Amino acid sequence: MTQLALVIDLNVCVGCHACVTSCKEWNSSGWAGPMPDENPYGADPSGVFFNRVQTYEVGCYPDTETVHFPKSCLHCEDPPCVPVCPTGASYKREDNGIVLVDYDKCIGCKYCSWACPYGAREIDAQNKVMKKCTLCVDRVTDESLPESERKPACVLACPTSARIFGDIHDPQSEASVAIREQGGYQLQPEWGTQPANHYLPRRRSQMQIHKDELIRADNPLRKEEVEMPIEQGDTLDDVAW
Amino acid sequence: MHPAFSVIFLTTLIGIGQGLFLALFTGQVYSLANLIPVQESLGFYALGSLLSLLFLALGLISSVFHLGRPERAWRAVAMWRTSWLSREVIVLPLFMLLVFIYGVAHYFGWTQPLFMVADTLPVDLTLIVGVLASVTAFALFICTAMIYASLKFLKEWHTALTVSNYTLLGLASGFMSAAAFSAYVNNDLVFLFGIWAVIFTLAGAVSRGASLIRNRALRDKYGLPTAIGVRHPNMKQLSQGFMGGAFNTREFFHGRTPEAVRLIRWFFLLTVFPIPVVLMAVAYSLESTSLPIAAFGLQYLGLIAERWYFFAEAKHPQNIYYQSMA
Repeated sequence: MTQLALVIDLNVCVGCHACVTSCKEWNSSGWAGPMPDENPYGADPSGVFFNRVQTYEVGCYPDTETVHFPKSCLHCEDPPCVPVCPTGASYKREDNGIVLVDYDKCIGCKYCSWACPYGAREIDAQNKVMKKCTLCVDRVTDESLPESERKPACVLACPTSARIFGDIHDPQSEASVAIREQGGYQLQPEWGTQPANHYLPRRRSQMQIHKDELIRADNPLRKEEVEMPIEQGDTLDDVAW
Repeated sequence: MHPAFSVIFLTTLIGIGQGLFLALFTGQVYSLANLIPVQESLGFYALGSLLSLLFLALGLISSVFHLGRPERAWRAVAMWRTSWLSREVIVLPLFMLLVFIYGVAHYFGWTQPLFMVADTLPVDLTLIVGVLASVTAFALFICTAMIYASLKFLKEWHTALTVSNYTLLGLASGFMSAAAFSAYVNNDLVFLFGIWAVIFTLAGAVSRGASLIRNRALRDKYGLPTAIGVRHPNMKQLSQGFMGGAFNTREFFHGRTPEAVRLIRWFFLLTVFPIPVVLMAVAYSLESTSLPIAAFGLQYLGLIAERWYFFAEAKHPQNIYYQSMA
């Protein structure tokens, strides 16, 4: 069975919100479209987003790190939002594991949003139905698109390639390899929902510089080979303040 | 969680409807056992059933305001295999139908025994319908409470105490309304219902008190480390990803100060439990017919606060992602 999912590399995400805006653009277009924006330029803006990038500070000053954390529906393998839905509007696709809402069946009772521990669902105040990330099901299943574009809008928009899209049940997929080899993990595993989306942890990295790397191989004007005359006199370090 | 008045009124009003019906049927069983005199079918049971139906209908109407798309509410019966909400949507109208039949049978006096059990128990239509409706009433208590108790990560709700609270408080307010109704129509069942109302109120106090003590001791075992998957003792949110409000910041926060929440808790602890019990005791000694009505009214006011507190008290795990605006 296929289980499509995102693998998000927290070591690479720079918090630019390109995925947020790209998602919004792809999934809406228009004031009362599928992702309405209420009062966008007013004092109290509010709207529906399928994907949001949050920022956390880890550590104590001055030893701190900033973690940018994109959060959307995790397309759980055992989604708690599906069994509680009284109308069957919330469902998990058999063929690719994407969790979706049938907007024509949803009665807007909000029960699924209570049942989701991740806060991945948002009510659409214009259309009075529950909305959530679709993993761009319309893009990823569109056979008319070239293979390289059959990916969610957020993945295509990410400038740092922090997002990998693929079938996590296929051990050979890029997503599965990344989870396996880079310590991919799930959010709030204590609830047993088995989120399909995974995150790759931040890594401690050190730069190894070798001597030959300090000299430019591509040096057409031979500037680096020119001996510069060393000026006699005080350098900045010698000045007493 | 953000308490919605539609759900507060739904759960408290149908609780009264269910308890009131169970009180009426208790009266019928008592008179069958010759413990109390037989009551007038039309004036007592039919009118009582109508009153019960009224509370149930008000609850049902109130629930509609919780829906974004009430015109599609009929779809909500589809997932009865998995969803307690779906089960409630089926059981509530079924219960209303049975109460309606019970009331109609009493209204037209269809109380001739159909057959005798062991030559002592005359079984008539109202008895059969009454037993079925009573079973349905308890099933409805379970369905309503399980909507909340089944959400395992809302730990304040995920306990058997939620089911016992909904049941006992429904019974208490229902029997209290039966006592008030009896006092109003001036029959001599006020104290039969009053005593049961006091018993259920006291049992409800024990059960609700237990859930309050249990919930005070609850701690989030995991928190931010598993929520974002970064293991560090010192973490804080700098930004939740947007400046304004969102569904996530409105639906899962009650938006009241801790002082206001504490005040509401004291209000319901007093008005649901001790005050109605004292009023019923005073009514008993003074043989008052207005105090049972006051006891019921005050207890209902308290129950609205109790249900508000029930929702406000629950801390949804998604809130961990919404702690800082910037």
